[in-house]
Amino acid sequence: MLEAVNISLESLNLVTLSPMLIAIVGALSILTIDLVKVGLHKSLYVMISLLFLLLDLGALFHFVDFFKSNGTMMGFFDVMLVDGLAILSQLIIVIASMLFIPLSLTSKRFHEYNYPEYYALFMFMIAGFQFMVATDNLILIFVGLETASLALYTLIAMHNRSKSFEAAVKYFTMGALAAGFFAFGSMVFYGISGSVEIHQIASALAADDYANIGYVLVGVVFMLAAFGFKLSLVPFHTWTPDVYEGSSAALAGYMSIVPKIASFVVAMRLFEVLVQSGIVWLEVILYAGVVVTMTAANIWALVQNDVKRMLAYSSISHAGFVMAAILIGTTQANSGLFLYWTLFVFTNLGAFAMLWVNRQKTLLPGQSSDHPYEKFAGLISTMPMAAVLMALFMLSLAGIPPFGLFWGKLYMIGSAVSGGYTILALIMALNSAIAGYYYLKLIVYMFMKEPQISQKGFYMMNASLSLKSIIGLAAVVTIFSVILVNPLMEFITAMVYNSGY
Amino acid sequence: MMFDNILSILVFFPALAALLGFVVEKGSIRAYGIAVAAVEFALSLVLWYAYDPSVVGMQFMESIPLVPAFGIHYLVGIDGISLFIIVLATFFTLIGIASLGEVSRLKDMILTLLFLEMTMVGVFVALDAVVFYVFWELSLVPMLYIIGAWGGPLRIYASIKFFLYTFTGSLVMLVGMLFMAYFYHQATGVWSFSILEWYRLVLPENFQIWLFVAFFFGFAIKVPMFPFHTWLPYAHGQAPTIGSVILAAILLKMGTYAFVRFSLPMFPDASVFFMVPIAVISIIMIIYTAMVAYAQEDIKQVVAYSSVSHMGVIVLGTFALNVEGISGSVFLMIAHGVVSGALFMLVGVYYDRRHTKLLSEMGGLASVMPHYATIFGIMVMASVGLPLTINFVGEFLSLLGFYKQSHILTLLAGTAIIVGAIYMLAAFKKAFFGTVTNEANRGLKDVNGRELFALIPLVLVTVWLGVYPKPVLEPINNSVESIVSLMHEKAITQEAKMRIPNPSQQEAASGGSH
Repeated sequence: MLEAVNISLESLNLVTLSPMLIAIVGALSILTIDLVKVGLHKSLYVMISLLFLLLDLGALFHFVDFFKSNGTMMGFFDVMLVDGLAILSQLIIVIASMLFIPLSLTSKRFHEYNYPEYYALFMFMIAGFQFMVATDNLILIFVGLETASLALYTLIAMHNRSKSFEAAVKYFTMGALAAGFFAFGSMVFYGISGSVEIHQIASALAADDYANIGYVLVGVVFMLAAFGFKLSLVPFHTWTPDVYEGSSAALAGYMSIVPKIASFVVAMRLFEVLVQSGIVWLEVILYAGVVVTMTAANIWALVQNDVKRMLAYSSISHAGFVMAAILIGTTQANSGLFLYWTLFVFTNLGAFAMLWVNRQKTLLPGQSSDHPYEKFAGLISTMPMAAVLMALFMLSLAGIPPFGLFWGKLYMIGSAVSGGYTILALIMALNSAIAGYYYLKLIVYMFMKEPQISQKGFYMMNASLSLKSIIGLAAVVTIFSVILVNPLMEFITAMVYNSGY
Repeated sequence: MMFDNILSILVFFPALAALLGFVVEKGSIRAYGIAVAAVEFALSLVLWYAYDPSVVGMQFMESIPLVPAFGIHYLVGIDGISLFIIVLATFFTLIGIASLGEVSRLKDMILTLLFLEMTMVGVFVALDAVVFYVFWELSLVPMLYIIGAWGGPLRIYASIKFFLYTFTGSLVMLVGMLFMAYFYHQATGVWSFSILEWYRLVLPENFQIWLFVAFFFGFAIKVPMFPFHTWLPYAHGQAPTIGSVILAAILLKMGTYAFVRFSLPMFPDASVFFMVPIAVISIIMIIYTAMVAYAQEDIKQVVAYSSVSHMGVIVLGTFALNVEGISGSVFLMIAHGVVSGALFMLVGVYYDRRHTKLLSEMGGLASVMPHYATIFGIMVMASVGLPLTINFVGEFLSLLGFYKQSHILTLLAGTAIIVGAIYMLAAFKKAFFGTVTNEANRGLKDVNGRELFALIPLVLVTVWLGVYPKPVLEPINNSVESIVSLMHEKAITQEAKMRIPNPSQQEAASGGSH
């Protein structure tokens, strides 16, 4: 006869689930409200989402306190892993989401925002990403990733333009492929180590001294391909510009931030144990991936005619730049990754939000895409404030000091230097110089060309108070980042270091 | 003490004023700009007054931790080397704004100039490498806007070329800075970006050489040294008058100043190692650009190339690695600023009237615009290094310094400077002497009051410092002495010890009784 299963509730440590549960409860309550009364205004749903995100944030701050005094927390049959990486990345996810959701309060009507399902899916997606980062169990990572991705595909498609459907289908196909790769890679690792938990895989591999090196290679290649799709590393990046172009600018900005930080954390957990094993070819593959992603994406960005596509390629390049942290693998580099991404949240979301405010419902005659460079010509004389803000975000993306991303770049290049990667440091620096050109191109259009559209207010037609506040917040953080860097860095380094990365 | 925060005030006052300036009504912006720049200039004079030349080391230091975990501090301070370049920067901003003609979007222009002033002063007071880098990079943005928005037909190409060239060079320099901080961390266990701390670090020679190269990229593009100079003629050719004036007078000096502030004291052995190659490059720069200048048909390009040519002398003097050479080159930075700034302004005076800069359009101007011709003549004489003008002192000392290192190279450079005089005088003759050939020039008005207000002070400075350079030269000399003795102490190789003479011993040997 089977023994009775006897599990105490305490040993489950359900509190580790609380942030995700809050997000899920938020999603369910939005659906419930819709059941009770239909046709409510979108502002209600936005505010409910915000409230639950705020609660989520509160739970995370509780974790921060707990982590500081007690260290890493495990729960739910040791599937949940709440360490510094999990907390940091969840903080970034939730804060970026809180900045994103008010962007739906546009002054123009976009029909997806009138569906409560939009907000419910959004909350489910956040829960998915949170699961993904708060575990080192490959199965739960997979479940979290797929939950989030499926919700995201739908959010893209709801934008309801032919390009959005194309984008959603493209993203879905690529995502399905990535999921297949991920599942296959996990299977290989399970096969050679008998475990689906990353730390156990690592110790099992180390125990037999990497005897099954061929299988490890296969597993790593599949995993790299899977994350290559999710992080849009070259050559798995081809979907990115099309998908960004098809999504609303706000969602595109969101996609360039949140799914990537989640994938970075998983990649960090997985690849750093493998890189530290001293397998040379893995380092070579990662090195090549990082350099090619940064450089090629930068060169493609040079030739784009649409600002949104340019920003898509630029975000690929930024991802490659940050991926270097996983190659370098020191505490300094990993902390640099989080610092970079925190600052990137504000700058990049600000830039995409600036595109979002001038989104037209219909294209003008002769206009081939939503945001061609020509549209911004002479913005300084028609809308000086908008031009200055956009230029600010571009300068920050280019890494001009003292704006936000400069500090991220400083830390990343600095950690490459101290990690002994001299050539990589130089390549990173030179790539920033190449990137300077296409960010500058937009500034040139805005400040040095004659305006083509004289209609006043054209550029702010989609603006509302909440959009303006988000952009203002992003700008303030970008400008005054110099004060934030030190406290942020101390916090991040402590969290990363105490998690053993 | 009363002057505790004077440097911070000096840096941030123009930026703050520029922010407030957004509110000022368009018609009154010129007066506002002049007032702010005048206050700033007065502040810099107060700084000069309060500066104590007998004190060795940095003065008016301030330190505020920015990112202490990574060793980044807001650390500022000045010595005799930076003091006068700061005064020069505030001076040129003032007369630059005062002499602004009728330009479109005057308000944007003036506010941009005030922002630019912040970054310029910031570069010269910064003693922390990151703070230095921040201002260094930030200075590109207003200049990009000035060239790109108010320049000639090719302005966008020129402004982007200017930006990308400098940006690329400085990113390589940034990697060098990070390496320097890393080595400091290895040696002491703490992070620091303070230049003064870096001075204390003695590096092995091969490290010095690599780091020297990394920093060299950033500085050489800014100077600009041959073969990185190609952006400058475009920038000058397209920039509006005020852009060229500030660019030639101040922004280029950032590069040569950085050589003195970073490369020499931090890498003395590498400096000796690269002395001859750099001297050769400088001489090529002097001769080659002088020849190119001779072939120009546009008077602004003549001035632009002559400006590059003289920058070669500055670099040569810096790499003499002795007190005479370096003091001479720092003095020449000031002199070059005054003279080339004035020349660009003079070209602008003609351009405002005729909207052309072609030499063929000029001719016989001396009879139509006698005052203009006189001032232009004085400045041309100063530019070719006539004794008793400001340039002469700097050039003489620079060459004297280098003479102690290499007789042949100095001789070559000296000849090149004399030959270089030809193109300036030839251009001057073509433009001013003879009869008026172009009917359009006949009715031109002579310089007006606003232009005189900008030009007369420059003439006075040119003559005053040419005749009596001591008040400027002495503080420079004292600070340079401390840098050279630091280099002498730090040098590892025997050759470097020999090439860099210890100033105090030298004085004792020459019979000084201190």
